[in-house]
Amino acid sequence: MYDLVVIGSGPGGYVAAIRAAQLGLKTACIEKETTLGGTCLNVGCIPSKALLSSSELYYKMQNDAKKHGIQCGEIRYEFSEMMKRKSEVVFGFTKGIEGLFKKNKVDWIKGNAKLTGEHQIDVNGQTIEAKYIILATGSEPIALPFMPFDEKRVLSSTGALALTQVPKSMLIVGAGVIGVELGSVYSRLGSKVEFIEFLDRICPAFDLALSKGLQKSLTSQGMIFHLSQKVVKADLGKQVVLTLESGSQMEADAALVAIGRRPYSQDLGLDALGIKKDPKGFVQIDASFRTSIPHIFAIGDLVEGPMLAHKASEEGVAVAELIAGHRPSIDYIAIPNVAYTHPEVASVGFTEEELKKKGIAYKAAQFPFKANSRARCTGDDEGFVKILAEVSTKKLLGVHILGPNASELIGEATVAIAARMKADELASTCHAHPTLSEAIKEAAMSLFGLPIHL
Amino acid sequence: MKTEIKIPSMGESVVTVTIGSILCPGGAQVKADEEILEMETDKINQALNAPASGKLTLNVKQGDVVKIGQVVGSVDTESVGVAVEEKKEEKQQPKETKREEGVRKQPDEYLKETVKREERAVSQDGKETRKKMTKLRKIIADRLVQVKNETAMLTTFNEVDMSAVIALREKEQESFQKKYGVKLGFMSFFVKAVIGALREFPEINARIEGDEIVYHNYFDIGLAVGTDRGLMVPVIRGADQLSYAEIEKALKELAEKARNGTIAVSDLQGGTFTITNGGVYGSLLSTPILNPPQSGILGMHSIVKRPIAVGDQIALRPMMYLALSYDHRIVDGKEAISFLMHIKKSLEQCTTLS
Repeated sequence: MYDLVVIGSGPGGYVAAIRAAQLGLKTACIEKETTLGGTCLNVGCIPSKALLSSSELYYKMQNDAKKHGIQCGEIRYEFSEMMKRKSEVVFGFTKGIEGLFKKNKVDWIKGNAKLTGEHQIDVNGQTIEAKYIILATGSEPIALPFMPFDEKRVLSSTGALALTQVPKSMLIVGAGVIGVELGSVYSRLGSKVEFIEFLDRICPAFDLALSKGLQKSLTSQGMIFHLSQKVVKADLGKQVVLTLESGSQMEADAALVAIGRRPYSQDLGLDALGIKKDPKGFVQIDASFRTSIPHIFAIGDLVEGPMLAHKASEEGVAVAELIAGHRPSIDYIAIPNVAYTHPEVASVGFTEEELKKKGIAYKAAQFPFKANSRARCTGDDEGFVKILAEVSTKKLLGVHILGPNASELIGEATVAIAARMKADELASTCHAHPTLSEAIKEAAMSLFGLPIHL
Repeated sequence: MKTEIKIPSMGESVVTVTIGSILCPGGAQVKADEEILEMETDKINQALNAPASGKLTLNVKQGDVVKIGQVVGSVDTESVGVAVEEKKEEKQQPKETKREEGVRKQPDEYLKETVKREERAVSQDGKETRKKMTKLRKIIADRLVQVKNETAMLTTFNEVDMSAVIALREKEQESFQKKYGVKLGFMSFFVKAVIGALREFPEINARIEGDEIVYHNYFDIGLAVGTDRGLMVPVIRGADQLSYAEIEKALKELAEKARNGTIAVSDLQGGTFTITNGGVYGSLLSTPILNPPQSGILGMHSIVKRPIAVGDQIALRPMMYLALSYDHRIVDGKEAISFLMHIKKSLEQCTTLS
């Protein structure tokens, strides 16, 4: 009998298992795939960032090196080498988790898990018993009903990360974060990339100013966006031909469907135990991640909220600590969201649209990287920092960054919001010069006063 | 092992303290000497530190009034691993684990925090701002009204020609500073003058307790100091035994402690008479309010050159108004007036620092 069994070894599950073991619980983690790490590590965050880096380096050598006085001659890439490098990065991490499991004495149980009782889990015919269970099975890409994934011409994000050659042209259905990241990879490597987006904007989770700014940047890099369009039909011949609701047709070598992900909550035996799900398949939980059965918890993409690896990890740690008798707390306002495009997009807190809808009295200010000394030195000065703060208390409500290294810059903003800081406190904090982070200080200064460098 | 957390002694007259902000919630892991909660008294706020490292249990909440010496919680010093072992017993019946407040703090809760403050602070039309009184402010307010209600307080005035003090101070300043490393201020002259007058009029150095008058045969002089946290009155003990230099040094040290927040309750307890100097802020004349259970308080004011009659001549002299507020229940008018006259004379006639 284990104290805790975690089902799923993604960034929610493996982190929960390690933390629980650190806190003295006898812990096991069940994984159906042959490697640990889940979607994030095997077919998500990590491989996509590896390819984004490779393709960005290639793109910069072609387009930016000259500006710095560097002549490169003929620049070619070997796609198979890029993919090999990506696989090595992923492999290293999966082995790393195996090592961490061993070090912390977490048992890795291989196979498909199904709950057969309140404390019993069937794994390929073997029954595992646990006092507590954490469901952390994550999510899977949603397919369009008329074009199921074949991962050759109709791709999910998983397939798009495992191609053997770069398609000449690619249609991407859905211009969310996954779409624009993978679209960037292939656009940089020479594909003609076109997006078909149902909404009238891209990346709807971000502040509208970021979405608009990003669309402009990506368009200038050669990507094409068709907004407010719906795909109604797909014909798969040599080419993929998509028919839009408007009647017009588009064709390409491959189509990537990135319209969202759904929780992987089927086939786990939840219904038989009476564990409730909402109509979309998300497992219903209380304020402390408990399902309808109090000693069975659910975290990560399986429950409501943004589908983010770091959110899942925080939740995993919190539940492990809760089970070990601690009193953890997760502050959802301070969970950052990032897209690794170029320029990068990063955000924490409320968007301006959310504040408007909620009727909150706020002030907004922006500071462009064009006026930031470090950005000018590197030559990478697209984008801006936008800060929102409550009018009378000056408390930070949201920080939104489009620009170089936004993914790293957002850390400062996240700490500030988690610490309940006011905009003027951020403005009066010394930032090293010349750094990109000065743009955050200047944006904060602009909120209730004046920036220096604008 | 569990180490009890007790409310420490905070000086003789402090019997109860109010629990202020809880800095570490119950259940948290704390380190020895980490600040776990604030204690509020009518004198100052002071942090209570963890007596040991371990898991904190608190059985008080903000606003609770507790006694000195009362046990308000404990720190379980056993290691985390052992704590888990113990808890495994509870885990045998997982359904009985009690439901906590909830781990998931949703974004709207942050908004409530932020906006609620705003609603409380500024009225709809923006013309008024409301703020909850701090515990300290509330106590000060209650105490001041209590003094007005429970004593027969009135004030008598006089003025003093500061020429002699100024001249003496100028003459001695350099050698005084060289010898003692501290500036010769006006305050030591006033402390000396006050002690001389208190010896003459012991009722002003006394207090009422029930139907008895308690005369203090010692002279602990409180000196009001303005700080960021409000007015504080540190006490110079046995001031009659101190030289000018010792008074100046004690005052400097206490004022620094008061301003940087390191002052202890014991520094603020039990004066027998108080001196307050509104002159540093430019006050020409004001009526100080008694610091109970004391029976007298002397108000110093700004030194202003004024034309006065000296003999049959009009002369320009550095003048200061003096105000003595006193409790008429034990101090008669004649004594109060004579007390001020005594101070006036000793200041106007001082010629040496002895």
